[in-house]
Amino acid sequence: MHPGESVQDRTESRLDRIRGSAPPRRHDARTIAALTRNPGCARRGVLDAAGVDKDLLARQVGFPAAFGQSRFAIVRGNVFEARVKADGCVDLLRMFHECLGSEPGGTEPGGTAAGEPLLVTGDAEPDETLAARHERTVAALRTASGTDRPVLITHPLLRLAVGGQDVHLEPDLVLVRPGGLFHVVEIKSFPVIDGQAEGEKVAAAAIQAAVYVLALRRLLGRPDAVSHDVVLVCPRDFSNAPMATRIDVRRQLLVLDHQLARLSAVDALVAALPPDLTFDLAPGPDGRPTRPAAELAAGLSRLDARYTPDCLSMCELAFRCRHEAAGRTAALGPSVREELGGVETVAEVLELAAGTRAPTADQAEAADRLRTTARMYAAGLAAGPATEHAAGDRGPTP
Amino acid sequence: MTAISSYARALAAASGTAVPTATVRHVHLAARPLILVPLAMAGEANAPLAAMVGTERERPELLVVPQPRNRDLRFAFAARLAEIFLPYVLGFAADIEELTNGPRTVDAPQLIVPNQAGVAFVRLFGRSTRFRTTTGDYAVEPSVPLLGRWLTFFAERAEVPGSSLMPAATEMLSLHWATGQSALEDANLAALMGWIDPPAGADGPAAARLAEDPRHCPPAGPTTDPGFDNEVLAPAIAAYDAVTDPSQLPDAVKRLEEALHSQLQPTWDLVWRALDRLRVLPGGASVPGRWEVDRSRYTGFHTYMIEEGLPQARRDGAVAAARRLNRMERAQASYDAERAFDDPLVMADHRVTGEAFLGSVVAVDRDRRVPNGRGKGRLVTRPLVTLRTEDPVRLALGMKVVATRRRRQECVVTALEPCDAGILVTLEAQNGMGRSAAPAPGSVPEVGESLCYSSVLADGVRSATMPEAEDTPWTHGGPPQPYEPSEQDTAEAWE
Ligand code: SF4
Repeated sequence: MHPGESVQDRTESRLDRIRGSAPPRRHDARTIAALTRNPGCARRGVLDAAGVDKDLLARQVGFPAAFGQSRFAIVRGNVFEARVKADGCVDLLRMFHECLGSEPGGTEPGGTAAGEPLLVTGDAEPDETLAARHERTVAALRTASGTDRPVLITHPLLRLAVGGQDVHLEPDLVLVRPGGLFHVVEIKSFPVIDGQAEGEKVAAAAIQAAVYVLALRRLLGRPDAVSHDVVLVCPRDFSNAPMATRIDVRRQLLVLDHQLARLSAVDALVAALPPDLTFDLAPGPDGRPTRPAAELAAGLSRLDARYTPDCLSMCELAFRCRHEAAGRTAALGPSVREELGGVETVAEVLELAAGTRAPTADQAEAADRLRTTARMYAAGLAAGPATEHAAGDRGPTP
Repeated sequence: MTAISSYARALAAASGTAVPTATVRHVHLAARPLILVPLAMAGEANAPLAAMVGTERERPELLVVPQPRNRDLRFAFAARLAEIFLPYVLGFAADIEELTNGPRTVDAPQLIVPNQAGVAFVRLFGRSTRFRTTTGDYAVEPSVPLLGRWLTFFAERAEVPGSSLMPAATEMLSLHWATGQSALEDANLAALMGWIDPPAGADGPAAARLAEDPRHCPPAGPTTDPGFDNEVLAPAIAAYDAVTDPSQLPDAVKRLEEALHSQLQPTWDLVWRALDRLRVLPGGASVPGRWEVDRSRYTGFHTYMIEEGLPQARRDGAVAAARRLNRMERAQASYDAERAFDDPLVMADHRVTGEAFLGSVVAVDRDRRVPNGRGKGRLVTRPLVTLRTEDPVRLALGMKVVATRRRRQECVVTALEPCDAGILVTLEAQNGMGRSAAPAPGSVPEVGESLCYSSVLADGVRSATMPEAEDTPWTHGGPPQPYEPSEQDTAEAWE
């Protein structure tokens, strides 16, 4: 360390070393949203902050993730988005009007809608750098709030600082209403059937939209200019016809704010790591990472994981962490762990239940209950009708 | 999760094999169920892709939609499914017993799907077919809307706790065994069966890991493995689409059928193996009673289909929804209570929480008579029974309890006092002793008898009084309009 080097710089260079020569994997809205689930995991915290390619890392240590995407789903998503944006978004504006409850089209003195929205495309232009595109879309966002027509900006490139690093984000659409109120619009291809959609998918879309709201607020520097009401555009029923639903993401914003603030804790985490720790996945001549799996696995074990079954649906390292968590009550799910008195390992649980292990002071109550449970379980099993299922030798009903 | 099921998971994790959480079977298993393994196309709104269906293990029917985005082909699939499904379902309607409150069929159809997602598929497929008309621009086969209404009926029953009309294999298994993995992972039928019935030479965890690998074991659907979609299915569908010479169509279809067969057959086999495992268990005492309710509902819906037959509404009105919720809660409470009374291993959970206890009778005041409280000096028989228990009893005075082996007799807790080894619980028997002044022989427990009393009883949930549908307050949308399928319903695009 050199004198004058700030904590931030130090962390930054340590993170660079952890990642090694590979280009950093930046966060996106999906991974930021994932932070709100299992936020306490230091392993993911450090790897994400360093921009390590977790998918490649998981494969390299022999536990490839199973997050494939079907071509059919991708095609359907693209077809739907194209359809939504067809015809200059006039239809879309009418739907916003319906679901946002007031007149996003603005009303002229005579009471007629101000007509067609102004369309601004934020999509990348040929040879445009990210920085240039960001500048361009930000400028468009700023001017949009001054017009008296509704403005729709497709794929603006936003920026959000996450754990001290800038992350680029691309919402599907941003609607700017006359008067300058911004709404984030997300286009999703899962259907809303009779007014209902799959809860998990809606929740994921809401938190993702909240990430965009947050980014937009910070970018504009005016939190009240960006509405906490986001619009979700999904296919209606079994058709391809879009419908818009308003979702209040205030709760998600609170959670996100909290998680992002916590990310600074990476400094402390990184400071406690051995200085030579690295997950450099630099490829050899065959394109595969050269670092031996055993070394990567050993490195992983320096980073504390906090596995829960929920990880299976959100983190590329889940299979690896599950493997490590074998024998722990956490691997059985949070509510099971809780029912087992929060005791750490399965072996401890069973020993406490059998009375072959002396409980620590704060395990006393749990141990008591476990002994009762074990006794009731055995008695219940023995009292059932004798079948092969109930392990035949336990005798008939008393 | 309950204490017992959590402990059972710990046991299973330590031993590497699933352990029982039930000693009797709590679901009805039909002698000849109809198994349905559906697959849907990724990304689409419940677009059927294929199904394996049938009542005979060795002879499943394979239905395939060669291009799931094609509306006509989807409805052709629906019509073919109806050809199998409707004769099976309607086949139970003729054999009827007359009861005082109307007829009831002596048996009912049972539809079994692999998992919860399969139940959701049936619900949505019912929704997408029940409004179709058989005339006009969007005409479909007459069997299609019928299929839709029946599928909707099954899907609605599947939400009712304790109904066995359309159980999912995973749910049935999870009710009877605990694995050493999480409930989330138990949703994978192959992994769950890996714990319960691992192949020779493998233990639960190893079998479950293998089962999770889509190259080794296709997912139980309706969502297919993305790898299969991209590498096998997409090219096969593209080849089908590219056919210009009709003589080549059968080959293109055959290629698709073979591909989809490979994804369906393993799940089909698993469902049957799951049924094998469940059939070994003796049926719980209250299972036939719940199946009677299912039979009544089936009979009722069959009659409705003949007399009116309109499709079910898109959504319940506010009062209907509240009533439904209330019915569900009560069904859940009585189902939970019945299972505990049928099964000491389920009752064990209530014993852990202290809502139930096992004790031996130490004293009986058999001929006790007390004033009936309604004046005129009338006396009623109210024997007192005192039991000693070592269970962690958490009952309060005045609570109602019933013994598992004396289900027709309600008792009230009148005293709880600690003794040297446990607790003395005194109960006052309220009924079930016959009509004469002295209790009928055997109707009161005797000293030395060992009994399990529980306070978790079926009538635990009070039903709130609900306004009549026509009095729905405006805050809840006002009185519902009687449901008539509209033009829009039938014309609804299904692109
Ligand atoms: S899978 Fe592992 S690294 Fe990822 S969040 Fe879970 S515990 Fe952390």
